Amino acid sequence: MAILVFVEAAEGKVKSNSLEAVAYAKAMGGPVTAIALGSVDKAELEALGKYGAEKVLHAKDAKLDQGIIQAYASVLSKAMEDEKADVLVLANSSLGTPVAARVAAKTGAALASNVVDLPNTSSGFVVKKSIYTGKAFAYIELKSQKKVIAIRKNAAELKEVGGTATVTDYNPSLSDADFATKITSTEKATGEILLPEANIVVSGGRGMKGPEHWGLIEDLAKTLHAATGCSKPVSDMGWRPHHEHVGQTGVKVSPQLYVAVGISGAIQHLAGVNSSKCIVVINKDADAPFFKAADYGIVGDAFDVLPKLNEALKGAK
Amino acid sequence: MKILVCISHVPDTTSKINFTENNTKFDPNGVQFIIGPYDDYALARAIELKESTGSTVTVLNVGTAETEPTIRKALAIGADDAIRVNAEPTDSFFVASQIAEHAKAGGYDLILMGRESIDYNSGAVHGIVGEMLGIPSVSPVMKLEVDGTKVKMAREIEGGKEYVEATLPLVAGCQEPIAEWKIPNMRGIMSAKTKPLKVVDAKAIDSGIKLQKFELPPPKGAVKMISADNVGELVTLLKNEAKVL
Repeated sequence: MAILVFVEAAEGKVKSNSLEAVAYAKAMGGPVTAIALGSVDKAELEALGKYGAEKVLHAKDAKLDQGIIQAYASVLSKAMEDEKADVLVLANSSLGTPVAARVAAKTGAALASNVVDLPNTSSGFVVKKSIYTGKAFAYIELKSQKKVIAIRKNAAELKEVGGTATVTDYNPSLSDADFATKITSTEKATGEILLPEANIVVSGGRGMKGPEHWGLIEDLAKTLHAATGCSKPVSDMGWRPHHEHVGQTGVKVSPQLYVAVGISGAIQHLAGVNSSKCIVVINKDADAPFFKAADYGIVGDAFDVLPKLNEALKGAK
Repeated sequence: MKILVCISHVPDTTSKINFTENNTKFDPNGVQFIIGPYDDYALARAIELKESTGSTVTVLNVGTAETEPTIRKALAIGADDAIRVNAEPTDSFFVASQIAEHAKAGGYDLILMGRESIDYNSGAVHGIVGEMLGIPSVSPVMKLEVDGTKVKMAREIEGGKEYVEATLPLVAGCQEPIAEWKIPNMRGIMSAKTKPLKVVDAKAIDSGIKLQKFELPPPKGAVKMISADNVGELVTLLKNEAKVL
């Protein structure tokens, strides 16, 4: 079963979620071809061999530097056909998920997104996906010959299998209709660890008392190489930008470690974090519902605990 | 402008999820159903556009008769009429096919919906509808302005946003802060009772997907409490017990 993997890049570098997509495809067993669109460093693409890609198609067309949903879907659909790939694997992301939908509709593939584990192929082809915003799972059989699988972070172990991938240019013909939407500008935080891709997340809630105290959250995040997040009220009040809002209607994260500071733990917030491997809750209210969902808890004032924790972590390095 | 808003009928965000019949059916017992929160943002933006541009707003739901109170609520918020495609919304491809089937005949300029439904979270319906109709689809959209046939949007990306332009017709998957949720007033609730709600049969579709079973996550173990005066212990536990550092 030939597998194609869509590899996303930012500023020339392959995103970590896409490395996991390659590792996922490798663990599925088929020969793995990756495909990257727009400007990406060649060394980055060759290095995909480390995670199991034998070959990388590189659609270098400068028009593909921007993530246009329709154009990306056209390129990926053509590549599936050209490579005779039965399965397309990609990472769930703001680009990957909408693109996956169009590819599935174009190719007649059965689609599963938010997939959290490798498929079970002992009888048919069954994937496990997260549903009800992390409150449950569904096992779904994909019966079509062609399949599109969008995976969540940590769906596969990032295992190095060694090797260098062969990079070849790929120039599918694209129509004007593929570029019917135009991206006129982008506002993006640079140099930060991005929330959906982070292995560790430190989030603050109303208990932080104001945006001027976020330095404490940022210091801890820096020590832990973590991304920073926040609760919905914090983003609603404009203390932090919307893309940091973790929860039911914000970003859903599944990091190794989630540290919640001054967040009471409304069910809507928990929905965004309940697939984290380990949850630490720091809150001065011992009755905060978040403690029930935590692995470790500290009852205490954030302004007292955070600096001490930061020092202890620095000392432990 | 003719606007179509597709809404899902989903458990309230505070609901506890349970399954019955050997984990093959969702258990609606004690669950309050609402308009999908993201769809609610799409609806709110559609009503704003209706008011500012003199558009008409049609609401579409793929669902069984139980969803009608949810559809009536959308009418109370300000939609002009509604369509219910009479079927269980089993998966994205099935739902998108029903929407596309109706939209082809409806001549809509703008098709809005949430970025995802909060039951299956697939985030795929807008893309599939766009592909089936051969028009652009943009998601997740946090700002949307229409000027004639030109549409300017802000799309959320990891760590920021990008500004996107397109022309109508268009499909958009919406999220906050595209508009403020609207609460129906008494006049809206009264008028919603007499607004047209058409029920149509679903088209037979094979989406190549079959649900086998549902599963709840394993229960969480008890939380280990650490004294605020001993944060070093937390560091040790994260390192040696949880092994996440």
